[in-house]
Amino acid sequence: MNIFSRIRRIPFWSWIWFILGALYFILPLYATVNFSLRMERGVIGFKAYAKAFEDPEFIRTFLYSNALALTTIIVSIILIVPTAYWIRLRLPEARRIVEFITLLPFVVPAIILVFGLIRIYSSPINIPFTDTTLLQPLTTFEVGTDILIVAGYVVLGLPYMYRSVDTGMRTVDVRTLTEAAQSLGASWFTIIVRVILPNIRAALLSGALLTFAIVVGEVTLASFLGVPAFGPYLFLLGQHRAYEPAALSFASFLLTWVVMGLIQLFTGGQEQIAGAH
Amino acid sequence: MTHLALKNVSKHFGDFTAVSDFNLDVKKGEFVSFLGPSGCGKTTTLRMIAGFEIPSSGSISIDGADITNKAPSQRNVGMVFQSYALFPNMTVAQNIGFGLRIRKEKEADVAERVKEMLSIIHLENKADSYPYQLSGGQMQRVALARALAIRPEVLLLDEPLSALDAKIRISLRAEIRSIQQKLGITAIYVTHDQEEALSLSDRIVVMRDGEMDQVGTPFQIYNFPTTVFVANFVGTLNNASAEVVDPAKGVISIDGVHFESAVDLKDRKKGDKVRVAIRPERFNFVSQEKKANIVDCKIENITFLGSIVRIQIMIGNSKFYMDTFNNPFLELPKIGDKDQVTCSREAVLVLDE
Repeated sequence: MNIFSRIRRIPFWSWIWFILGALYFILPLYATVNFSLRMERGVIGFKAYAKAFEDPEFIRTFLYSNALALTTIIVSIILIVPTAYWIRLRLPEARRIVEFITLLPFVVPAIILVFGLIRIYSSPINIPFTDTTLLQPLTTFEVGTDILIVAGYVVLGLPYMYRSVDTGMRTVDVRTLTEAAQSLGASWFTIIVRVILPNIRAALLSGALLTFAIVVGEVTLASFLGVPAFGPYLFLLGQHRAYEPAALSFASFLLTWVVMGLIQLFTGGQEQIAGAH
Repeated sequence: MTHLALKNVSKHFGDFTAVSDFNLDVKKGEFVSFLGPSGCGKTTTLRMIAGFEIPSSGSISIDGADITNKAPSQRNVGMVFQSYALFPNMTVAQNIGFGLRIRKEKEADVAERVKEMLSIIHLENKADSYPYQLSGGQMQRVALARALAIRPEVLLLDEPLSALDAKIRISLRAEIRSIQQKLGITAIYVTHDQEEALSLSDRIVVMRDGEMDQVGTPFQIYNFPTTVFVANFVGTLNNASAEVVDPAKGVISIDGVHFESAVDLKDRKKGDKVRVAIRPERFNFVSQEKKANIVDCKIENITFLGSIVRIQIMIGNSKFYMDTFNNPFLELPKIGDKDQVTCSREAVLVLDE
C-alpha cells in the first residue's frame, strides 16, 4: 500500500483534530518568528538574529549552559543506567519506590530545591562531634557552585532520563542478554557498556535531549546560584529588549529540532533492531 | 570418567523447594536431557549448573573442580536460550566472536574461530547480518555457534527449539545432535518435549516436583518406566487398576480379565492392588498374530493418525488404546465389533498403585 492510499484511509475527524493540534503549536511559533524578523520598521530581515549573536554574553552563557547540560547528561547516565538496570534485573520490587523518587521533581518546585541546596552547602560541613571540616562551602567557589547546579539539574532531569532509560530497557530482554553475556565470560562493566548501553541508545538519546532542553532554558537554579547561564541571560534580555529574545527563542527551538532530527537519523536502524527482538 | 557431577543439589525459594536432592554424574561427551512438565525443576537445575542460581545445598563440579559458588562468567559453560538472546546491536560474526574477544584472544584467532563456527552452522553468508535479519532457526544456530565458540566445558541448552515451528525443530535438533557428537562436547538439554528428549539423548533424567523420577537411556525410559508418572509422561500409555492373582506366575486381573506379565511379582501377594501399563503399539489383533494374553475386547473408536491408526478398545470395563500401522490392504475392524487382542508378557508392566 503506498503512502497516498494510506493517507486517504485516515478518517475525516482524525484530520480535523490533527490540524487543530498542529495549529495550536505552529501559530505561536509563527508569531514569534514573524515578530523576530521585524526589528527594522517596514523591513523583514535577520537584524535581531545578527544583534543577538553578536553579543559576547550570548556566546559565553550559551556555551556555559551547553557545558552544564553535557555534564548533567553524563552524570545522569552514570547514575541512572546502572540503577535502572539493577532494578530490572535484581530488584523489581524496588521499582515503585524509585519511580516515586524520580517523580518528586514534578512535586517539589525548583525554588525549594535551590534553597535547600544553598541552605545545606553554603556553610562548611564538619565531621560530626569534631571541628574537622569535611567539605568547604560549595557556594563560595566556582567549581563548587558548578557541582551544586549540576546536582540540581540531575534531579530536575530525573523523571525524563529515568523513564527514557527504563522504557529502553523494557524493549530488550535485559535479563536474558545479561545471562548470555555472563555465560560468555563478560564482567558487569562489559555487559553494561557493550551489551546494554548500545541496545538502549535511542532511549538514552531521547532522555539526553530532554535533559539538554531543560538545562539550557532553566532559570531558577541558575539565577539563585548566580551562575552565568543562558536561561537567566535570556530572561534579562527579555526585560530590556523586544526582538532579540524572540530571535534567540526561535534559534534554541531550531537547535533542539536539529538535534532531534540527528537522533532520528542516527538511531533509525537501532530502533529497527530493538523492535525486531 | 565423570565430567560433570551434581551431588545432593537442592534449591529452595523461601518455603518452595524447586529442586530436591539431585544427584547426577555426566560423562565427557554425553548428551543428557532433563525432561519433565513445567515447574518440575529442570530449568532451575540447569541454571544452577550455569551459575545463575546458587544451590541451597549440595555441590556441582566439573572434572572434580568445585564450581558451586563460582560466578557464571568464571565457569566456561556455554548456554543456549529459548529466546536466542543474540545481542541485537552486533552482527552474526560479532555475536559469535563476543566470548573470544572477552577472553582477549588475538583478532586473527577470533576471525578463524568465527569462520569455523559459521561453517559448522552453515551460515557462512550471514556473517555480516544482524539478528533481526535472520529467521528463528538461523538465530538459534548462531546462538549455538556463539556458545560453542568459547570451547565450553559443558553446553547447556534451555528449551532451545520451543520457539520454532515443527519442521525447523526437527531439522535443527538433528543438527544440534550432530554438532555435539562431532565436537564431543558434554551437553545438558532441558525440554518438556518427550520426542525431543528421546531422539537426542544418550540419557534422560525424568523430573517431577523437583525430584528425579527416573534416569536412563531413551530405550529404558520408554520401554521400562519405573513409575506411573514416567510411564504416563513419556509416550502414550494405557494404564489401569489391577489386582495380583498369581504372584508366582505373574498373573494379574483387570476387571476380571487375566493378563500374564514378565515382571517379577514374587514380592507381592495375591489380592495386592497394582497398576498395569501397556503401550498401545504392543497390542495386536489375534487374527493378525498369535501371542500370549489373548483377551476379548470391544472396538469403541478408531482414529486415523497418518502412518498409525489408533483404536480405542474396552477390556472388561477399562478403556485401552492400541496402535497399529496403517496398512491400506488390511481391513480394520468396525466400531462396535467384538474381537480379541493379544500382547506379550513383556508388554505388561506392573507398577505401584
